[in-house]
Order: sequence, then C-alpha cells, then structure tokens
Amino acid sequence: MKMKTLVSSIALAGATLVAFNIHAADTIKVGVLHSLSGTMAISETTLKDTVLMMVAEQNKKGGLLGKQLEAVVVDPASNWPLFAEKGRELLTQEKVDVIFGSWTSVSRKSVLPVLEELNGLMFYPVQYEGEESSKNVFYTGAAPNQQAIPAVNYLKDDLEVERWVLAGTDYVYPRTTNKILEAYLKANGVAAEDIMINYTPFGHSDWQSIVSDIKKFGSEGKKTAVVSTINGDANVPFYKELGNQGISAEDIPVVAFSVGEEELSGLDTAPLVGHLAAWNYFQSVESDDNAEFITQWKAFTKNQDRVTNDPMEATYIGFKMWANAVTEAGTTDVDAVEQAMIGQETSNLTGGTAVMNKNHHLSKPVLIGEIQDDGQFEVVWETEGVVPGDAWSDFLPGSMDLISDWTAPIKCGNYNTKTKACSGQNY
Amino acid sequence: MYRLRKIQSVKRSICLKNLILFCCCLLSFLSLSSHAESTQSHPSDAIAVRDALLMDLTNASLKKSMPILEKIEQISSEEMLPVFTTLLEGGLYYVKSDRSLVQKRSIDGKTSFTTFPFLNKATNQQASELTSKKVKKIKVNNALRKYLRGAIARIQLSSTDISKRQSSVRSLLSSLDESTISRIHQLREKETDTGVKAMMDIALDLYSAENGSEREQVAAIRRLANSLENEVRNALTQLTKDDQPEVVRNAALTALKTIDQQVNRYALVDQLFFGLSLGSVLLLASIGLAITFGVMGVINMAHGEMIMLGAYTTYVVQLLMPNHIDYSIWVAIPAAFVVSGLMGVIIERGVIRHLHGRPLETLLATFGISLILQQLVRSIFSPLNRQVSTPSWMSGSVEINPVLSLTLNRLYILAFALLVFFALLFILKKTSLGLNVRAVSQNRNMARAMGVKTAWVDAMTFGLGSGIAGIAGVALSQLTNVGPNLGQAYIIDSFMVVVFGGVGNLFGTLVAAFSLGIATKFLEPVTGAVLAAIAVLVFIILFIQKRPKGLFPQKGRAAE
Repeated sequence: MKMKTLVSSIALAGATLVAFNIHAADTIKVGVLHSLSGTMAISETTLKDTVLMMVAEQNKKGGLLGKQLEAVVVDPASNWPLFAEKGRELLTQEKVDVIFGSWTSVSRKSVLPVLEELNGLMFYPVQYEGEESSKNVFYTGAAPNQQAIPAVNYLKDDLEVERWVLAGTDYVYPRTTNKILEAYLKANGVAAEDIMINYTPFGHSDWQSIVSDIKKFGSEGKKTAVVSTINGDANVPFYKELGNQGISAEDIPVVAFSVGEEELSGLDTAPLVGHLAAWNYFQSVESDDNAEFITQWKAFTKNQDRVTNDPMEATYIGFKMWANAVTEAGTTDVDAVEQAMIGQETSNLTGGTAVMNKNHHLSKPVLIGEIQDDGQFEVVWETEGVVPGDAWSDFLPGSMDLISDWTAPIKCGNYNTKTKACSGQNY
Repeated sequence: MYRLRKIQSVKRSICLKNLILFCCCLLSFLSLSSHAESTQSHPSDAIAVRDALLMDLTNASLKKSMPILEKIEQISSEEMLPVFTTLLEGGLYYVKSDRSLVQKRSIDGKTSFTTFPFLNKATNQQASELTSKKVKKIKVNNALRKYLRGAIARIQLSSTDISKRQSSVRSLLSSLDESTISRIHQLREKETDTGVKAMMDIALDLYSAENGSEREQVAAIRRLANSLENEVRNALTQLTKDDQPEVVRNAALTALKTIDQQVNRYALVDQLFFGLSLGSVLLLASIGLAITFGVMGVINMAHGEMIMLGAYTTYVVQLLMPNHIDYSIWVAIPAAFVVSGLMGVIIERGVIRHLHGRPLETLLATFGISLILQQLVRSIFSPLNRQVSTPSWMSGSVEINPVLSLTLNRLYILAFALLVFFALLFILKKTSLGLNVRAVSQNRNMARAMGVKTAWVDAMTFGLGSGIAGIAGVALSQLTNVGPNLGQAYIIDSFMVVVFGGVGNLFGTLVAAFSLGIATKFLEPVTGAVLAAIAVLVFIILFIQKRPKGLFPQKGRAAE
C-alpha cells in the first residue's frame, strides 16, 4: 500500500517539478508542502490553493521588495516520510525562501529536522497538540489551550457534561491532545471511569462497535460528550454511523477539532446537525475582512460553492505576517525574518487582531459552533478577547515548567523556568 | 381587478387592526404575564398574543428564543405542533419584509416556501414568489432542539396516531414531572392500545419508584424489572445508592440483576451482528477475487480498483438522477457490474492473457494497472472524496428493543452479500458458463480438446469476477468514502479472506469472511481497533503455516 502511494506520488511530483522548473531568476520563492493526494488531500489541497491565491494577490500589489513571488508546489501525497524528502527538495534544489505546509503533526515532525538542518522557514497553519517550538517554524494554528481546553470548558460549564469520550485517530496529535485533556479533566475532579479513550487507524471505516460502545457509555445516566480528534476522511463514516445508530447531538454532542466547513462540504449534513466544532474562525463570522476574503476565494476558485475554514485563515494570517516581516527586514534571510516576525500584528478575519508571540505562536480568539444543515457553523460560544498560544502545556507533568521564548536573552524553544536552563534540544 | 384590490386593502386594514391589537395585547401580556392562563378564555386575544410572540421569535437571539417558545406552548400548544416540528427540523423561515412565518419544503430538488394555513396573518406576498433571498431562517441550537422535542412529545401525548403516542411517552421518560405524570395518569384511563398502556405504566412506575412512599417504591421497582428502557436502568442504579431505605435498595438490586442479564444477552447479539456485518463487507470485497484469483489463478492486484470503479459508478448514477436517489441504487448495481466487468474484460484481453502462467509478471502488470486506474480517477474526479447519498430506505435502524437496534444499511448489505454469493454459486454450479469455467480451471488442455473456447471463457470469468467487485463497490459506497484510494483499503483484506478460506473454494470464502468479521468484532472491544487488525493478521499467518491451503483445501486431482 505504501509502495503504491510512493510510486504514484513520485510520478506526480515529477510532473510538478517539470512544470515549475521554468522560472525567472529574480523572484522570491514560496514553497507549498501540502498533500494533493492520499487520505489528507481532502483537507490539504484547499490550503495549497489558499497560498496560491495569496501569492497572486501579493503579486498584484507589486510583489515584495520589488520582486515577484513565485509559488513552488510539491505533493508529499499524505506519506509522512515523503514530507522530509519534499522539504529537502524545496530547500536545496528549489531554494525557496519560505515554506507553507503540513497538516498532520506526524508530517510536521517528519519535515522538522530538515528545516533545522538547512535553516529553512515554515509556516504551519493547523491546530496541533503543542509541546513543540522550533526556531524555524511559526505555528499559526491553535495550540491546545486555544482549542481543546476552551472546548472542554464549554462542555463542562455550559452543557454540564460529566462523562467524556476522547476519540481520535492513532497518531501524535490525538494522543498528545488526549493526554493533556485527560490530565486536565482529572485535575478538575473527573473520575477515571468517566473517561473513555479510543484510537482508530487512519481512514477507519467500520465504526459500528465503537459508536455502539459510545452509546452504551453515554446511556448510564450522566451527560456525556465526545471530544473527537478523528482526522481526515474517517470522519464521514463516523458521523454516518452516529446518525444511523440514532445518536443525536442533544443526547451525546460530539465536539470535533478537525472537522471544518471544508470537510462538511463533502458530506450529507443532516445527521450532523447540532454537533459541535471548536476553531478560531468560522466562515459564518460576520466581519468586513471575512466577507472580502470569502468573495476573493470564490472568485479565485471560480466556484460559488467553495467554503473557507480555520486553517485557511491561519494560512492567511501567516502569509500576511510573513510579507510584513520581509518588508520590515528588507530581506528574505531566514534569521532576519524570524526576528522581524515576533511581535507582528495583523487583523484576523473574525474582526480582531492576531499577534505573533515570542514563542512563535499566535494570539487568537476561540469560537465554538454548532453544525447547521447547510454545512455552516452557528457560533454558540466564544472567548472574550484573544488567547495567547501556549507551546508547552500547563497540565502535563513534563512540560509545566517549560516555556518558549525566541527573543534575547533566552532564545530557546524549550526553556525550563525552574532550572533556568535551555534543554539544548532544538525544538 | 378592482375587487381584488379592494379585498387586498380590506385585508391590509385587518392586518393593521390586528397589529394594534397585538401591541395592546403584548403590553397587557408583558405586564400581566403571570395571568397568561386567563387570556385563554378570550380566544381572539390568545391568538393575538400568540402571533405577537411568533413575531418576537423572528427577532430573538438564540438565548431569548427559549422563553418565547415556552410562552407559546403555554398559550396554544396543540395547533402550534406544525410550527414546532418545522422548527425542530430547521425548516422554519420568516419573510424578511413582514416577518410572517413560512415553511421550507423541497420537492424533487426544488425549494419552495409555504405558509401555515392556521396562522390567520398570512404573508402578503404570494407564497409562490418567495425565493430564498426574501426569507431568513430561524436558527435553532441544541438547547432549543431538546426543548422542542419535549414540547412536541407533550403535545403528541394525545395524538390519534398510536406510534406517536408511544414514542412521546417514551421520550418523556427522561423528564417526568408532576404535571406530566398527572397528564399521563388521565390519558392512561382512556388509552386503548396495550403497547401505549404498557409504556405509560413504565412512566408511572418510574415516577412512583423515585417519588412514592417506601411501599409504592418497592412495588413499582418490582414491576419495572422487565423493562429494558435506559431511563429505568438509570433510575434503578440511582435507587441502589446508600441514601435509600434498605428494602428499596434490595428491590432495586434484584431488579437490576434481571435487567442486566437480559442486556448482556442482547449485547452479545449486537456484537454478533457487527461481526456478521463486517463479514458481509469482507465477503463482498473478496468474492470477486475468489473467482479471478481463486478459480482462474490470476493474482489480480487491480481487484480493489474494480471495487472503486463500482463505487464511482454509483456516484455518477446519482449525479445523473439527482431527484431519484432512492431508486438510484437499483440502477447503479447493473451499471457498476457492466462498467467493472467491461474493464475486467479489457484488462484480461489486453494484458493478462499474454502473461498466462507467469504469476510474477501478472502481479506486477496488474499492480501497474491499479496505479493507472487510480490516477485516471484522480484526474477525472479530482483527488477529493465524492459524496454518495444514502437512500432514505437505507438510513436509520430497526429497533428490536430498547437495547438492541440494527442499522438498516448494514442489514441490507448483509442480505445483499448473501444474495450475490448464492447467485454466483448458482452461476458456477448450474449454468453452462459455470461448467466451462470449472472445466478450464481444472484442466485447460483437456477442456480445449473437448471444444471449450478457453480464451472466451477466460475473458468471461475475469469479467464476471470484476463485475462482482463492481457490485461490491456499490455496497461499499454506502459505508465508506468514495475516493481514489477506496480499493487499496480492501485489497489486502480480500486476499486475506481468499487465502484463509482456501483458494478455489467459494464456500471457503464465505466461511472465512464471516469468521474473520466476527473474530475482529469480538476482539475490538478488548484490544482496540488497531490491535484487533494486527491480531487477526498474525493469526492468519500462523494458520497458513499450519494449513497452507486454507480452511477448505481443494481435494483430488483439481488441487494439483
């Protein structure tokens, strides 16, 4: 199976290489490292298009530093080791100045050593599990304290949930997030028998017994909710099965961290109505910037039905900040841009301001929305103001004392406030 | 013309009058809202208040909608049933210009908005002229939906439809209060249907088990011991807590014990069903391979892609007939058989026949074909998954009792898999094509000497196997994602089933598919989904070591 994807992706990548090798010498190159095939294509192709749109937009404004921008697209084909290979190719052969890429944490972890070895710069636009802060990466998606923890608080306080199902796909993001959530719930007095944890492989399609277990777990008298870190296209059969077994959102609400407008557009939403998602952006949020962004997106894709989502907003913010930082620094040199990035401010699409903090994470508002039958979200709860992203969780024993600060004098992604020492590990 | 205008103007003046009335009533209502009951004695006033409240509903934010709905239920519950149900389904809209309520309907893919006939204030715009731009949706959230379900159940307690009465009593089990109980008590006297009566008894018992005197509690608990309702179990569990008197606690414990025994028995049935259902999916996926690989001996790595083609055919058929999704499956099944079957014949004629007797080359060639087909689909349909809708008769589940319900789509697929299996068995055993296929697979040269056109038989057999894989794709499109990688997910499972069952033995495939399905589903709760798959694979590897020819090896000369 892996062999197959590998072969097909090499063929595809070869084609893209040929297409993009013809370029003018004096351009600023923007690498795009998103899967265009395989299980994550459903989510990642949109982000590739978003970067292309931002690049075209920037070029219309006259580019950057008097040069035009040029996008270099490669396809790592949802194949995690291939992310490292493709990342190396972008940095050494294509000599790109910045990379926008990755969705799953396992793909980010795969490309990370390459970025650090070759001193590249990457913008990572997806919500993730935290516990990382690399000098070479800017995390424009949510850290757990900007998505998972507020979502659990909403369920706990507003919906009075007492039993918890933590269901996820079996890889690093769900495992770490669930570890943090479990610690957080236990710290808040939830008993161990009121937490059920379940992992499934990527692309899992036979959900009968798991959904039936959830149903049983939730029918024991206490209000139950599912916190879902199920990723990619496994969500479709999961929600279908929920609908078929008659679990409605009023009985057992599912709050998802990886299901947005884009994923819903490929789905019959009738059985999902009322289930929840926690993000930092919804297409339904009313603001001038958002209206403009949506119009621009529909025009760019020449499709009136295309939707926008949270990772797109994160890409948008990341790109705008990068463009500002390059202008400020007067160069695309990675070290100069990295320092110029910290403290950058730009308006986000929900009517507030995004700030890049010293730990390479953004300050963002947290929104919780209910799925509507048209595939959009109705915001039912939001934080007052923005929440700064926390790279190291305060609820895990190993990372309570750690902070990340990439400004002098600390300049460390992994600084222990108790021992006053940097761990030496790069990220 | 003139008359019409006059009528309209009269209508308008009535509207104006009503409006003034609303305002007065609203004022009086707000100041004396505790006397809402008294307004019921003046029907016209009640209607005016109700209409004013409905007007408020179009203005209200989600948080403010709840009290408004509660007031509406108090004033005029029964006639508001259509409004409540429409709101619950998310189909309640209002006209932007005059804030009157309309209902969204889609018939044959066309959306229209109709007014509620019983609301005297009809919209002054013609309902047929309403487009989605002129109306706005009244939003609902979970809290509202929960309330609406309760309200609808309370209204439907006195419905003429037996099943509606029963389901409303049932949905009220979780929120029994004094007023509901006294209402149920009254209705119990008049109730004629035994099923509804029994459900009402459960409700009454449940209430007295929690709130009655000690004697009543014990008696109620004893009567509840036969009920499998979830609420009953939860209430009984609460009654086993320490704060209850000893007699009650003991009664609850014995009742729970009886209930739990039954629940466990049904849980086993449930798990068995899941296993059979997974088995039927495995059977469907592998049965085509049982022919191409099992009977013909061709290692067909493109088998999964035949399944995928069938699934995409379903998608295309649904695109072609968007207003008849319910029947699309019946068109999709033969269409998928033809598409995949033809592709199979082309592959056999174009590639496989040239590689006869060279398994390694066949393996590589078909592997290449599978990549080509995947990329082809990717270029035509994009790498994104396509949405295949489930026909309404396949959604939902049949409830056998409160703890056991079987999902319909799985049930149909189980039946369908068996149907396909026996049809195939019939073709192989009872038709001349089947006879030829068996003859060629047993001894090619002898068959040729007897005048069998082996080349033709090869093409037909491969086409049959591929066509059946296509049919499997139709079934799988109802369960999983339709995307270019659909086939890859099933190719390994298919080979596993065929090898485990014994190559060349269709019956072995059946047994292997169901036993692997059931084994996986019984392992899953213990080990989790990831480990269960690994455990099954390890088991098969070990099994093949012991019995290289599978469960049912072919005997005699044919096996050579």
